[in-house]
Amino acid sequence: MLEAANVLDPLDIAEAWLKEGRQVAIATVIETWGSAPRPVGSHLVIDDNGNFQGSVSGGCVEGAVITEASDVIASGAAKILDFGVADETAWRVGLSCGGRIRVLVERVDG
Amino acid sequence: MERAILKTLNLARAARRAAVTISDLTGGVRVHVEGDDCPEPWRLAVTSALQSGRAGIVETEQGAFFLNAYLPPPRILVIGAVHLSQALARMAPVAGFDMTIIDPRTAFATPERFADVELIAEWPEDALKERPFDRFTALVAVTHDPKIDDGPIRAALAAGCFYVGALGSRKTHATRAERLRQAGVSDAEIARIRAPIGLDIGAASPAEIAVAILAEIIEALRRRDTAQSRGAIV
Repeated sequence: MLEAANVLDPLDIAEAWLKEGRQVAIATVIETWGSAPRPVGSHLVIDDNGNFQGSVSGGCVEGAVITEASDVIASGAAKILDFGVADETAWRVGLSCGGRIRVLVERVDG
Repeated sequence: MERAILKTLNLARAARRAAVTISDLTGGVRVHVEGDDCPEPWRLAVTSALQSGRAGIVETEQGAFFLNAYLPPPRILVIGAVHLSQALARMAPVAGFDMTIIDPRTAFATPERFADVELIAEWPEDALKERPFDRFTALVAVTHDPKIDDGPIRAALAAGCFYVGALGSRKTHATRAERLRQAGVSDAEIARIRAPIGLDIGAASPAEIAVAILAEIIEALRRRDTAQSRGAIV
C-alpha cells in the first residue's frame, strides 16, 4: 500500500520489495564528520539484483555501498563502511565534499 | 533487521506516529513507537530522540548503539482566516511546518488574502473529515467565534494534538472553559489549551502575535510528553 507521496520513501520501498519476494538490504548513515551530503539517519535500500532507492550521499559512494550490500544480502552479516578523504587509500570512492561518513548495511530478515 | 520491525516502523510512520529504532550495529534492531512504554535503560535516550528528531550513536555499558528517529512532519491547522493568520502563514514554512487555514466566513477566506497557503472556506467540522487531527498537528483557533472555534478545539484535545491554542483574553477563555466543561470536556483537557495564545513576549502587532504563537508551538513540539499513551498502532 504505497501512497503516492511515499513512492520514493526507502523504507516503504523496502517493504514493497520484500512482498515481491526480493531480498533487501538497508544502508543507513550512522555517523558523519565535517561536511556530509546526507544527514545521519538517511537510508538507501538495495535489492538482490542491485536495484536501489534513496541515498546515503550525493551519489558519491552509493556504488560502493550497493556492491557491499550484495555481500550482506548473501551472508546475512551486517557491515559498517567508512567513506571519506581520510580513507581514500582504503576505498576507491570518496566524498568530494571533504567530509566523512559511516554507513551501516544490514539485511532485512524474516 | 527483522522484517516485522520494518513493518511496525512503516505502520507508525504511515499513522503519523513518531518512532525510534535502536540498532546494535550488527543487524539487531528494536523499534520504539511514541506513547508505548519504553524500558530502561533506553528511556532517556529514546525520549531525547523523539523530541529532537535527531539520530546518532549512543554509548552504553553494553557498547555502542545507533538510534534513528522518525518524526512525522508537523503541521499547523489554523481556524480563522484573520490578520495574524496571514502573518503566521508566511512564518510557518520557514520554521518547517506545513500550514492549513480553515474559515467558513468567505469574506475572510479569500485567495487574495492568502496566496501561498492552503485555504479551506468551509466549516471546520466538514473540512476536518478530510484531514483529521493527530498528535503532530498544532491547532490555532483564532476566530473569536465559539460557533467556529469550539468544535475544532474539542476535536484537537480528543486527538492528543501536541498544541491547542485559542485566541482570547483570560476572561474570554474562562467563558470558553465553562462552555467546554458543560459539553463534557475534562478539566485536565481544558488545562491543555494555551490561552491567552502565544508566549508572553509582549507581542502587539498581528505579526508579533504570530511569532509568539509559533514560538509556543515549537516549545510544545520539542518539550512534549513522549510517554503519553495513545494506544497501539496496529
